[in-house]
Amino acid sequence: MAHLLPSHLKILAVLAFISVSVSTPITRWPAFIAFFLLLVATAYASKIPLLLLFKRALIEIPFIFFAILMPFFGTGEKFEIAGIELYREGLLAGTSIVVKGTLGVLAAVILSTTTTAREILRGLERLKLPAVMVQIASFMLRYVNVISDEMERMKVARESRGFIATGIKHWKVIATSAAALFIRSYERGERVHLAMLSRGFDGNLPTLVTDTVTKQHWIIALSVPVLALIFSLLFLVIGW
Amino acid sequence: MNNVPSLQIKELAFAYPDGNQALFGVNLTINKGERVALLGPNGAGKTTLVLHMNGIHPTMQGEVRIAGELVDGKNKETLKQIRAKVGIVFQDPDDQLFMPTVGEDVAFGPYNMGIRGEELQRVVDEALTQVGMLEFRDRPPHHLSFGQRRRVAVATVLAMKPEILVMDEPSSNLDPASRRELADIVRSLDVTIVMVTHDLPYALELCERSVILSGGIIVADSSTRAILSNAELLAAHRLELPVGFTLS
Repeated sequence: MAHLLPSHLKILAVLAFISVSVSTPITRWPAFIAFFLLLVATAYASKIPLLLLFKRALIEIPFIFFAILMPFFGTGEKFEIAGIELYREGLLAGTSIVVKGTLGVLAAVILSTTTTAREILRGLERLKLPAVMVQIASFMLRYVNVISDEMERMKVARESRGFIATGIKHWKVIATSAAALFIRSYERGERVHLAMLSRGFDGNLPTLVTDTVTKQHWIIALSVPVLALIFSLLFLVIGW
Repeated sequence: MNNVPSLQIKELAFAYPDGNQALFGVNLTINKGERVALLGPNGAGKTTLVLHMNGIHPTMQGEVRIAGELVDGKNKETLKQIRAKVGIVFQDPDDQLFMPTVGEDVAFGPYNMGIRGEELQRVVDEALTQVGMLEFRDRPPHHLSFGQRRRVAVATVLAMKPEILVMDEPSSNLDPASRRELADIVRSLDVTIVMVTHDLPYALELCERSVILSGGIIVADSSTRAILSNAELLAAHRLELPVGFTLS
């Protein structure tokens, strides 16, 4: 289902959902269970296998690493669980980061699984992100393969002449390669610009936005964040 | 059909800002519908000459006319028209194909000329059909083979309906089959073509006429066959036929 929505609505929905989830206090924990179930339902409706969803969400691990340490360091009220001393403040803050971070990542994974990178850029364009930023991102998308191929060829060329990077004494060679790659990419940029000028470029990249947005699209897209908001307020009112 | 030459260059001279002079008075006239090979050793000034044709390098001395119209680097409005008339296919297709999909890239030129909507789609499809790449319209360029990318690069300028098509080293890095396919496409096009190349057999195959640019001037301008059979002329300008190749 989410595959069919215009990408800018999906981006808005994800942002709205994340806003609701970060502005709900972590102590109102039933709301977060509801948020999580909402995401699972969305993934189900979009035909994303849950296993895939959670696998992709693993990307957040390096970012929440410090949050996991927070209960062990801090000040203020302490308590003991299974012989380990924990700080109440730290535990709450850490849990908050982990839970809200995970929800945000899951929402973003649903977005990226149901939307191609190209579509996301188009969505950002429709959301009036400055054209220059969209253009930079779209060039990056186009050339990331070209440049990584170039890097790979340089590596093969180095190794073909007997170079294998093993330690710090080889950093100079790696650094020189990186510099060469930078210069080459820069020169490529100049050639691309030349090719653009030759075809009459005057600062605007064509936008081929054709899909129309219906009321139904809006309702589907906003259902998730609006439900999240309702749950959040509901648990506030009944005071769980 | 008018008789105004597609390209008219008179006494064109150019020096780079660092004082390095690349062109010393080039004279060249190419008539409508001609296919001309621009030959010359590395560093002869071929690329510099090409970049004068659409006003990327502003004319310093002499003049360049495309279909009778003066290329004036300072006049933004005519420059736009000139760039629509001169389609340059650069050597590395990855430099030319910068949009996310083949179709969008082909649309880039006509879009800049102000074409929109259905008409834009039609122009794109037509150009892609001319190079036999229509089925790849929605694919990203990096999924294509090198030969396919070069064909798309040709389509990107064909979509602008150029008066003159300039191809920089069209046969470089192509495997023999791609090389032949491109030759078939070039032959099928009804447009004036300037082909910058070192590939002399390719020039012979596709171009009736050749000019040699060497040391910043045109040193020879004749039928391709006459030029390629003049071994002394070729040798004097660092051009060589492949070993074993004979003009039949």
